[in-house]
Amino acid sequence: MKLESERQGEIIVIRAMDDRIDAAGAIQFKERMRDIIEAPSQRVVLDMSNVGFLDSSGLGAVVAVMKALGPIRRLELSGLTPTVEKVFRLTRMDSVFIIHKTLPEGLRHAG
Amino acid sequence: MRAEPMTGLASSVDPPGGVQVVIDSDMLAVRDGLQALFACSLLATLPDEVRGTAEIVLAEALNNVVEHAYASYPGKITVQLRPCDTGLRFGISDTGLPMPGSEPPKGDLREPSGFDDLPEGGFGWFLIRTLSHDLSYRREGGRNCLDFCISVDNPPLA
Repeated sequence: MKLESERQGEIIVIRAMDDRIDAAGAIQFKERMRDIIEAPSQRVVLDMSNVGFLDSSGLGAVVAVMKALGPIRRLELSGLTPTVEKVFRLTRMDSVFIIHKTLPEGLRHAG
Repeated sequence: MRAEPMTGLASSVDPPGGVQVVIDSDMLAVRDGLQALFACSLLATLPDEVRGTAEIVLAEALNNVVEHAYASYPGKITVQLRPCDTGLRFGISDTGLPMPGSEPPKGDLREPSGFDDLPEGGFGWFLIRTLSHDLSYRREGGRNCLDFCISVDNPPLA
């Protein structure tokens, strides 16, 4: 599970480099994300545009990371591909995250 | 349609007109097995949206077998795929522990009471039941047999 992170001002932008977050990689994803978000920042944005597939274990891992951030520093997601978007929408987790269609303006050169 | 033998996996006899893949009961083998299955022509030719739906359902069903049926000992999982009237029919069987109560979980989504209560799991059966139809489970000769269909707009000829 490869994650690349970059700090841009008060924002940590993390890009998932693998094409899937599934049961085989969910624990590793969670651990690496936790290492990255240990650094303080106002916002954390996870760019998922490379991720074509996410199963319920992957979704659970993303939720766990958001909970680890706490209620104030919310996890923002960006670039959900169609199958990933479907999993978020069906499970109604799309209402829990701040979801951007693409990386917010000014953060595009991240990764 | 000719049966397609799967390479690189412990595959056995191919059912007529369909595909059969045998997968070891671990998560990495499930990932590889899904990749092999989705390379077969029955699935490779589907529109992306249906492929995505099929992969979600299949991945959840296989992960459940690894996590629950084979929780205390390892084994093999057999996946069969064949065309049906409405699309594609999948059959998953294993020699793991039977499902509790001899039926698959209802898979209702839990309503969280707040931020700390957000669920980190329990989505699997909800997704399977939402995205598939004609789901059935039976225990037969020491095997769990789960069958379900995925709808395809213009199904391949059965």
